[in-house]
Amino acid sequence: MFRNGNVLNFLLLAAVVVCALSVVTSQHKARKLFVKLQSEKEHARQMDVEWGQLQLEQSTWATPARVEKIATQQLQMRLPKNEQIQFVKLESDTRANK
Amino acid sequence: MNYTVSAHRDTVAGLPGWRATMLFALLLSGLAGLLVRGVYLQGIRNDFLQEKGNARYSRIIEVGAHRGMITDRNGEPLAVSTPVESVWASPPDAEADSQQVRQLAQILGMAPEELKNKLFDTSRDFVYLKRHLPPDQSGKVASLNLPGVSLQREYRRYYPAGEETAQLLGFTGQDDNGQEGLELSLQEKLAGKSGSQRVIKDRRGHIVEDAGNLHAPKPGSNIVLSLDSKVQHLAYRELEGAVREHRAKAGAVVVLDARSGEVLALANYPAYNPNNRGKISSQAMRNRAIADLFEPGSTMKPFTVATAIEQGKVRPETLINTERGVYTIGNKKIHDSHPDSVLTVAQVIQKSSNVGAAKIALSMEADVLWQSLSNSGFGMQTGSGFPGEAVGKLRAPKTWRPIEQATMSYGHGISVNLLQLARAYTIFAGDGELKSISMLKLDTVPSGKKVFSRETVGALRGMLELAVQPGGTAPLAQVAGYRVAGKTGTAHKLENGHYVNRYVASFVGFAPASNPRLIVAVMIDEPGNGQYYGGLVAAPVFSKVVGEVLRAFNVPNDAPLDNVLAPQEDIVKEEV
Repeated sequence: MFRNGNVLNFLLLAAVVVCALSVVTSQHKARKLFVKLQSEKEHARQMDVEWGQLQLEQSTWATPARVEKIATQQLQMRLPKNEQIQFVKLESDTRANK
Repeated sequence: MNYTVSAHRDTVAGLPGWRATMLFALLLSGLAGLLVRGVYLQGIRNDFLQEKGNARYSRIIEVGAHRGMITDRNGEPLAVSTPVESVWASPPDAEADSQQVRQLAQILGMAPEELKNKLFDTSRDFVYLKRHLPPDQSGKVASLNLPGVSLQREYRRYYPAGEETAQLLGFTGQDDNGQEGLELSLQEKLAGKSGSQRVIKDRRGHIVEDAGNLHAPKPGSNIVLSLDSKVQHLAYRELEGAVREHRAKAGAVVVLDARSGEVLALANYPAYNPNNRGKISSQAMRNRAIADLFEPGSTMKPFTVATAIEQGKVRPETLINTERGVYTIGNKKIHDSHPDSVLTVAQVIQKSSNVGAAKIALSMEADVLWQSLSNSGFGMQTGSGFPGEAVGKLRAPKTWRPIEQATMSYGHGISVNLLQLARAYTIFAGDGELKSISMLKLDTVPSGKKVFSRETVGALRGMLELAVQPGGTAPLAQVAGYRVAGKTGTAHKLENGHYVNRYVASFVGFAPASNPRLIVAVMIDEPGNGQYYGGLVAAPVFSKVVGEVLRAFNVPNDAPLDNVLAPQEDIVKEEV
């Protein structure tokens, strides 16, 4: 029943079927990965958005006006008066003009 | 059985033979027709069907690109776009019972009645219920899941520094395009270009395959300004204080880096909050430092004197007869508010003598003076690139009459903006070079255009330092621990071609005088509290800003801390 030609044909048929199935699975895998990539991209976008919002929040908390208010009112900080300031000179006088 | 068969055969036999042939031919031609049509649709004109087929699963989606961020020179954000959702409804499709309407109204912060009117106004197909909702509220709207109510993603711009940078940065419109200020002038770089992408979607609307970019999205680039938010804050704070204290109409402060010409701060008052713009008056929107012209007054005198020294007409110790404070040219009189009979050239600057400046100006040819003023950047663009920059007026020397040449020497008959004036002082703060103004952070110090020689500049610096000492016009500009130099200006305002008794008080100076780092220009418009001299109104702002900024920058002191000397008598006043 199995003549040489038939064996070859059968093998080729099997190969074709295997190829066809692997095309299907790889396409499926590709789509799955793509969906994953897509969701990661979306995630990245969301992180980006959040980063922007956090930056905004940080800089809103850190506005000089707010820092100044807390420093002077809450923490009772103030600039030293001139007579409270002392200059410490290095051995070679590096003060002033360069 | 037989009967049937024979009867059938009879019928068949009774038919003419051509009918079968005919039928066969018809069937064949029908088949051929189908084949041709099939080949035509499948092979030749297949794009239409292809398109229809693609439309079942292939979609073109828009890929958004957001607007770039504006930061200060240290990377502190000054303008940031962040996505927000807008809630819109399609009234014909809207369905909601009164319970749901109440819930929605509560989330949106609207009156239920108002919402109902909008939601069921079937004369419209599209209506915004609320724009620019923060993410937590929009999430609640989405969870209500009302038919006919949808969310749309948009970007909104936030300005963390608020009103301090309001006029400088400007703002963007609802569609995130720049409308004022730097947002407008930098629009091209800041704006993102949204792209589009072809994708394949499955039955449930998930994207399953990327079928290629049609246009790649291009997000806007981030821009680093030369501004320093700390300096900006200090400048704005002191300006606000002075404008309020003197009940002035408005004011502006410019702080420049004396070495590079970068703008470290540019503040205006009154201002508005760009994050919450209800009704903004056009007054608050004006960037006065750039868009408003004023007659500078005595802050021009140093340029007259420097030109005369450069030309060899006078030296700092040359004596000028100041005519006891009144000098007649033609039928016009020039006055000094402090009559002196003789002053040196240095004292003309120190005491801000109009008569002295006029005489020095008249010792020169008109076009020499004009050339020098023009080289100093008067009547020219500053290079800031700011929209609506007012260039100012410096008339051609041919049209000058002697009285005009005289008044121009002390800053009348010429108009400038504050940024221009500050820029001109880069000549005295540096080695005699006029620097270009830059709103953007520079990596290298640009070289300027030489206007005056090093010797002339040195002499002028000495005079300008005298002006802030007791005996000068601006002892209130002194700063503890630093030597400063500068010049006051007080000018009548010009209205409809006539000078009126309202004033612009100004002060321009630099510090530390031994090695200038900062140039600060202050302009107070119409001080209304009785005091209007530049030395009394504007100089204290200079002093406070310079003191704080130099301390914040850790600039080494070039004077002992007890260097501030109280003026013995009344501060020398200038009249213009």
